[in-house]
Amino acid sequence: MTQPSHLIATLRHSLEPEEARHARVPLGHAAADLCLQGGLRSGALHEVFSAQAGHEPSAVGFAITFAARMAHGKSLLWIRQDFAALEFGELSAMGALELGLDPARLLLVKTADATEALKAAHEALSCASLGVVIAEIPGTPKSLDLTASRRLTLAASQHAVTAILLRPAAKPDPSAAETRWLVRAAPSRLEDDDWGVAVFDAELARNRHGTTGRWVMEWSANDGVFKPFGRTADTGAMASASADRSHWAA
Amino acid sequence: MVITAKIDNALRVTAVDAKAAQLSLKPGMALADARAMVPHLQAIEADNDADRKLLEDIADWCDRYTPFVAVDPPHGLFLDVTGATHLFGGEAKLLATACEALAKQRFSVQGALAGTAAAARSLAHYAPGTTVPKGEEAYAIASLPIAALDLDPVITHAFRRAGLKTIGQVAARTRNELTARFGKDMVARLDNALGKSAKPISPRRALPDYMAEHRFAEPVVTEEVIRNSLFSLARSLSRLLEQRGEGARALEAIFFRADGIVRRLQIQTGWPTRDAAIIERLFRERLASLSDPLDPGFGFDLIRLEALRAERDPDGTASFDKDDNAAKEIAFLVDRLSTRLGAHRVLSFAAQDTHIPEAAAVTVPAQQQASVASRQWPVLRNRYEAPRRPLRLFTTPEPIEVTAAVPDGPPIRFRWRRVLHTVTLAEGPERIAMEWWRSETRRPTRDYFRVEDEAGLRLWVYRDGLYGRETMQPRWFVHGFFA
Repeated sequence: MTQPSHLIATLRHSLEPEEARHARVPLGHAAADLCLQGGLRSGALHEVFSAQAGHEPSAVGFAITFAARMAHGKSLLWIRQDFAALEFGELSAMGALELGLDPARLLLVKTADATEALKAAHEALSCASLGVVIAEIPGTPKSLDLTASRRLTLAASQHAVTAILLRPAAKPDPSAAETRWLVRAAPSRLEDDDWGVAVFDAELARNRHGTTGRWVMEWSANDGVFKPFGRTADTGAMASASADRSHWAA
Repeated sequence: MVITAKIDNALRVTAVDAKAAQLSLKPGMALADARAMVPHLQAIEADNDADRKLLEDIADWCDRYTPFVAVDPPHGLFLDVTGATHLFGGEAKLLATACEALAKQRFSVQGALAGTAAAARSLAHYAPGTTVPKGEEAYAIASLPIAALDLDPVITHAFRRAGLKTIGQVAARTRNELTARFGKDMVARLDNALGKSAKPISPRRALPDYMAEHRFAEPVVTEEVIRNSLFSLARSLSRLLEQRGEGARALEAIFFRADGIVRRLQIQTGWPTRDAAIIERLFRERLASLSDPLDPGFGFDLIRLEALRAERDPDGTASFDKDDNAAKEIAFLVDRLSTRLGAHRVLSFAAQDTHIPEAAAVTVPAQQQASVASRQWPVLRNRYEAPRRPLRLFTTPEPIEVTAAVPDGPPIRFRWRRVLHTVTLAEGPERIAMEWWRSETRRPTRDYFRVEDEAGLRLWVYRDGLYGRETMQPRWFVHGFFA
C-alpha cells in the first residue's frame, strides 16, 4: 500500500528529465565554472578536505557555503560525528544565518561514529525533498572506503540529492566522488576594505568530468554565490599555484 | 514453608504454603510459636519489592486479555474485560483460560468475574471461579462472610459481635442504621460489592486511543511472520484511524511471549501518521536498532499494535502542493532517523530571545519542531558585511594565552591548542553582558573580538571580565570560528 503522496512524488520525479535532475549549478566564480563545465553537478557526491592541519575551519566553512549554493532553497541536513563537535565546535544556527542560510531549513543529526553517520547519510539521500546532505567525518575511519563512497554516489544520483562528504583532518583516499576539494584558509583583507568575509583558498584536486584548478574565492552571503576574491576576476586565479594552469586558462 | 516479616518488632508469619496450612499454621502468628509447633519449619523473610515486581510482571502478562489492567496490592489484579470477552468465547471461558494459564506458570491463583471490581474481589477471595451474570452481584455475594468486604478489622469484629455473619445479612439492614453506626465509608464499600455503585479502578497504563491485535493458535517464531503480522496490524490500525480522520503520533507494539515475557517497543512520529507502510517501516527501523534483539523464545502468541496518542490529521489525503509534500517527506525521514538514533540526535534549531551567544539558538528534537515556537531569526550583520557570528561554536570555550598591548585592548598574539597565532586583523570589542536576571551567580561581562591570523584563520575570542572593574587578570577564551 503506497500513500498517494508518495506515488505522486515518485511520478513527478520520473517525469523530470535526467538532465534537470543532475543539473550543473554554477558556483558564480567564472574560472572555476569553466573548469567544471558550467558548474557543480547536483545529485552527485562531492568531497571537501582540509588541505593541511589547522585549516579545518575553512574546510567546514567551504562545505556549508558550497551546500548553501547547491540547496536551491531546499532543506539541508548536516550529519556530524560527536567527535567533530568536540574538535571543531558545534554547528551554530546564528553563524549559518550570517552566511545567508536559513536556520529553519537546517537539520542537524548527531551520530556516535562514522559507520552510523554513513548509514544516516545513505538514508537521508533517499529523501528527494532534501536539497543537500552533508556528512562530517573527521579522520580516516575504516567504514569509509571506496564501496561506501560508491553507495553514496548511487543514492545521491537516484534521488537527485547532492551529497557532500566533509573530511576535516583526513588524508584523501580513493573514492567515487564527482569532485574533490582541498581547502586552505585565506586572508580576507583587501586594502582598506572591510575584512572578515568568508574567503577560501580552494583547490579542485579531482574532477571526474573536467580539469582541475585552484582559486581563491569569496562567498557572497547576500547573493548566495562564490566570487573571485579581489578587485578583478583575475586576481583570484593569479594567486593560485596549481600545476595544471593550462586547463583553466583555455 | 512460611513467609515471615518483622511486624511490631517481632517476626511474624505473613503467608503459609499448603503444607504449612495443613499443619495448622496461620498467617499472623509469631514465628516463635510456629517453630514451637513445627520444629523443622522452613521460614523465608518476605521481600515486598520482589513481590511487587512479580505482580507487575503478571499484570504485564495479563495485558494479553485487555489493555485495562490495574494492580490491587499486595496480591490482586483487576482486569476490566468489558468488550473483550467474546474474543475468548465468553466470560466463564475467559476466566477459566486466564486462571489455567497462570496456574500453568505455577502461580496459585483465584479469580472471579463480576460487574463491579469490589464484587469480583470479594468473590475471588471467598468463592473463586464464580462468574456473575449481569446485575446479580447482590445475590452472588450474599452468602459470603463479612470479611470478604475487606473492611476495617474493628468493623468486621463488630458485625460478628452483633451476630451478622454474611454480607447478605448486613445488606438487609437499612442504610441509615449502617451509616450511623459504621460511617459512610463502610456503606460505600458495601454498595460497590453489591453492584449498586461502581468505584472506578485506575489502569496501570494509559489506555491507547486505538489498538489492533493478532492472536496466534501456534506461537510464532520466524522474523518474517512477525513482520508480516505487524504490517497487517498496521493496516488494520490505519483503517481505524482513517475512519476518524486521525493519525498516530506515538505507537507501541507489544509482543507477548508464550512463556509470559512481554516486550514493548515504542515509536514516535513528528506528524500524525496513518500510512501502514510508514508505520511498518518505522517499526522495522526500531527493531533493527535494538541493542538487545527481540527474542521470540518459544514464540509469541499475541502481537498487539496500539496508537498511544492520536491526533487530528488535517489532510491525510495527498496534497498537490509541492511544499506540503516535501515537508511530509522530510518529516518521515526525521521519524526514521529518530527511531534509529534517538529523538535527541535528530535536531532542528529554534531562535531564543537572548544576546548570550551560546543561548541565542537552541536545538530541539526535530520531531517536536512544530510545538516549539521559534522567534524570527535576527541577522546581525549589515548588507555586504562580514558575518558577526561564528559558524561553529565550542560548547565549552577553550582557554587561550593572550598577549595584548594594553590590558583592555585586542590580542596581538595568542596560543591556542599549543599553536601560536599572530593576529593580523582584529575588530572589537563587542561587549556582551551576561543577563543578570537569568542566573543567581553574577557572571563577568565578555568583550568579544573577531580576529584573523596570518594564515587567514578567523576566530571569535573573548576576554572574560572587564579589566579594572570586574577583574585585574582577565582570562581569554576562543569561543568559535568563522568560515
